[in-house]
Amino acid sequence: MSNLISQANAPFEGYVTVSADAPMGMLTLRGDLSSKPFITALKKSVSTDLPSACQITHDEKMSVAWMSPDELLILTPYDQVAGLQAKLQKALGKKHFLLADVSDARVSFTVSGDKVREVIAKLAPVDLAPDHFAPGMFRRTRFGQISAAFWLLSETEARVICFRSVAEFMFNQLSAAARPGSEVDLWS
Amino acid sequence: MLILNCPYCSVDAEETELTPGGEAHLKRFGPGSSDADFEGYLFQRENPKGVHFERWRHANGCGKWFHAARCTVTLEVFGTYSAQTTEPPKNLQKTISKKRPGWSWREFS
Ligand SMILES: [Zn+2]
Repeated sequence: MSNLISQANAPFEGYVTVSADAPMGMLTLRGDLSSKPFITALKKSVSTDLPSACQITHDEKMSVAWMSPDELLILTPYDQVAGLQAKLQKALGKKHFLLADVSDARVSFTVSGDKVREVIAKLAPVDLAPDHFAPGMFRRTRFGQISAAFWLLSETEARVICFRSVAEFMFNQLSAAARPGSEVDLWS
Repeated sequence: MLILNCPYCSVDAEETELTPGGEAHLKRFGPGSSDADFEGYLFQRENPKGVHFERWRHANGCGKWFHAARCTVTLEVFGTYSAQTTEPPKNLQKTISKKRPGWSWREFS
């Protein structure tokens, strides 16, 4: 293992700040999200409201993101993922589903600052105008050449996730997009 | 630059978020089929100037395959629709007839 991007890496201080997050617990859940019994069983272990298409919901314990019509991504603190997985496994019982702990598959970055929207817009083909993309929405897309997903926590803070194998590339391109002097001043 | 609305996540996905999957509604001919049918399945493709039906995958997104109808000349997109079908939806065919009277593509017109 070499050059693993982790929380130990110093944040990049550009015109926004790019930092790697502490490991996050992540569960992939696939199943028939249009099935009432499935949803009922799911709600026994998931405390947040279930997200509708392209949304993410949060409470103090977890976030749940809509990945596709048959897939959710559940985010928890890293040390709680095993417990939640066991709970879900039990709640869903014999229903047809797939549940996998993918915590170590992905990394998460926080981008924060006044111009967080435009830094993301430099890398992803997504309309980030404030009337198009708002906190609560969740978007899978690409950042440069790599697949990623992001959501806004507030007007000044975004979270970006991507596969761990491309973590360094993601950190570097976010940092490049945030380089002082490269401001576009799109929405400020 | 093509922008297609993914029918599964409703995102207006720009071309770079998608992977092209070639011609739509191909019928597979496998073991036991005639040589002509197998050759047709493998190699014979439409190459229209105008209305065309294609498969696309929202690869950097929800990951789903879907269908799209577009004009190869103007890049106008007539519509996108589910992958779980063997022919273009009737209302989409109607829309195309309004915009491109007299169009035809394989057995559809
Ligand atoms: Zn999609």
